[in-house]
Amino acid sequence: MPRLSLQEVQHIAHLARLGLSDTEKETFRDQLSAILDYAARLNELDTHDVEPTTSALPLNNVMRDDEVVVGLSSADALSNAPDAEAGQFRVRVILE
Amino acid sequence: MSTSDLCWLSIHEALDAMRRREVSALELTQAVLERIAATDDAVHAYLTVLAESALEQATAADARRADGADGALLGIPVAIKDVICTRGIPTTCGSRILKDFIPPYDATAVQRLRQAGAIVLGKTNTDEFAMGSSTEYSAFVTTANPWDLSRVPGGSSGGSAAAVAAGTAFGALGSDTGGSIRQPAALCGIVGLKPTYGRVSRYGLVAHGSSLDQIGPLTRCVEDAAILLGVIAGHDPLDATSLDAPVPDYVHHLRHSEGLAGLRIGVPREYFIAGMEAGVEAAVRTALQVMADAGAQIIEVSLPLTEYAIPIYYLISTAEASSNLARYDGVRYGLRVDGDEMWRTYFETRAHGFGPEVKRRIMLGTYALSAGYYDAYYLKAQQARTLLRRDFERAWQQVDLVACPTSPSVAFKAGQKVDDPLQMYLSDVFTVALNLAGMCGISVPCGFSEGLPVGLQLMAPPLEEPRLLRAAYAYEQTTEWHKQRPVIVDRR
Repeated sequence: MPRLSLQEVQHIAHLARLGLSDTEKETFRDQLSAILDYAARLNELDTHDVEPTTSALPLNNVMRDDEVVVGLSSADALSNAPDAEAGQFRVRVILE
Repeated sequence: MSTSDLCWLSIHEALDAMRRREVSALELTQAVLERIAATDDAVHAYLTVLAESALEQATAADARRADGADGALLGIPVAIKDVICTRGIPTTCGSRILKDFIPPYDATAVQRLRQAGAIVLGKTNTDEFAMGSSTEYSAFVTTANPWDLSRVPGGSSGGSAAAVAAGTAFGALGSDTGGSIRQPAALCGIVGLKPTYGRVSRYGLVAHGSSLDQIGPLTRCVEDAAILLGVIAGHDPLDATSLDAPVPDYVHHLRHSEGLAGLRIGVPREYFIAGMEAGVEAAVRTALQVMADAGAQIIEVSLPLTEYAIPIYYLISTAEASSNLARYDGVRYGLRVDGDEMWRTYFETRAHGFGPEVKRRIMLGTYALSAGYYDAYYLKAQQARTLLRRDFERAWQQVDLVACPTSPSVAFKAGQKVDDPLQMYLSDVFTVALNLAGMCGISVPCGFSEGLPVGLQLMAPPLEEPRLLRAAYAYEQTTEWHKQRPVIVDRR
């Protein structure tokens, strides 16, 4: 497969909300191209009509009774917040 | 018994000694804390040592025992990999993004250790978010291999493996997504057990690859692994993927079994490949002969999907990881680096908080899941995962266990692979298939090559831990490899 373009690297970083320096973009461009090239060997496998495995377990939905149980307290949930106010997480304005 | 001898007791020996009132939990804990103080500046197994708390826990354990109480691990000092949440104790995942994170709850596995009376000594180093095979991707410190400080301990549970191998913990918890318990156990000359997916609750294990992750024990002998597994295994309503299957008495199975007699052990021809170190192959071949002499039947089997296991694993695990790590957005916990607008805060926080391997895997996983590439990469890998599982299902019709090396090489030099991600990924070639197929496996010491430990990996079908432990224990009892101890000398 061809080497990833810089635009593709930037697009992926944007999807992942990941800030990258110019050097990182170039490094990842090379490294990801090499890894994807290696992964392309999966195309040698015939997977026509093969069901994908999403879990190693034969699990279906797991249900429980609809009963109130004690969970994490508000104070505990906020204990690691970078910024909190009035029992809530505080962030910058996102809507003017 | 001298203080340093106390540090090398196995868990079951230490429990016996405490039950006979020959030693106290406080003495064990003091001995191990002294050894940490003396050696961990060189090994760097620990990120956090809880000296004061450990002594308090030990005093409480001794008081309980004096009152007639007992417990499966009462008074045993253990270490916890720093990707497993501990209430009130920093849990960093080896990452700057969680440098100051203090969980408000214990992982279920930790809670069960505490209920059984274990003493939590501290938190051990790990590759950032358990992504790596050398522990060099920790944001804080590089752990050294106790057998040769210039070499890596393996990873990602390298801190837990090094602590157990160095005599600075009686046992430890690690996590294994693609080999992260078994490979460092092999490289440090100890026992590492990856339980069946769903056997141990993942509640409180910081998520990496959710269809692959399992918590498991690292110990100096097989019986200790059986003891720890018996404590942490079992259904947990807080983990929807935990199995509601009874937990057998693993230790009883060890002591009351036929050993290796009658077991059919498969040796996959695809696992003895070019690129494997000669010393590793020789040690594993000798181990197979030892098992045959003890009555096992050695049968060659074929697992044709083996050469595809690494690309399947790295597409699926990075896709899952990129999704799991989306939660680190600087809003609810962890680092926040403010940008001039909220959406810039996400980019800045993640740019500063994550290290190079985590960024690389987020990029790879995001690519594999992105529009236009999902079918070609992620879906293709999931279909190939089905083919790989069928490989093993066919093998289980012929054999009871599969045996192979845990790692193609002994511990490699620090710095050797850190800038070549593909080479680092290939060091997992023998371990990832087990996670993809949801099976259980163990690495046990089986010799040395150039003075460095070699691990033998045994694999078994889902929930066949009793069979796995029976074979590993019977093999171990015929050898002396697990009794070898490193002399910690700085050869750098």
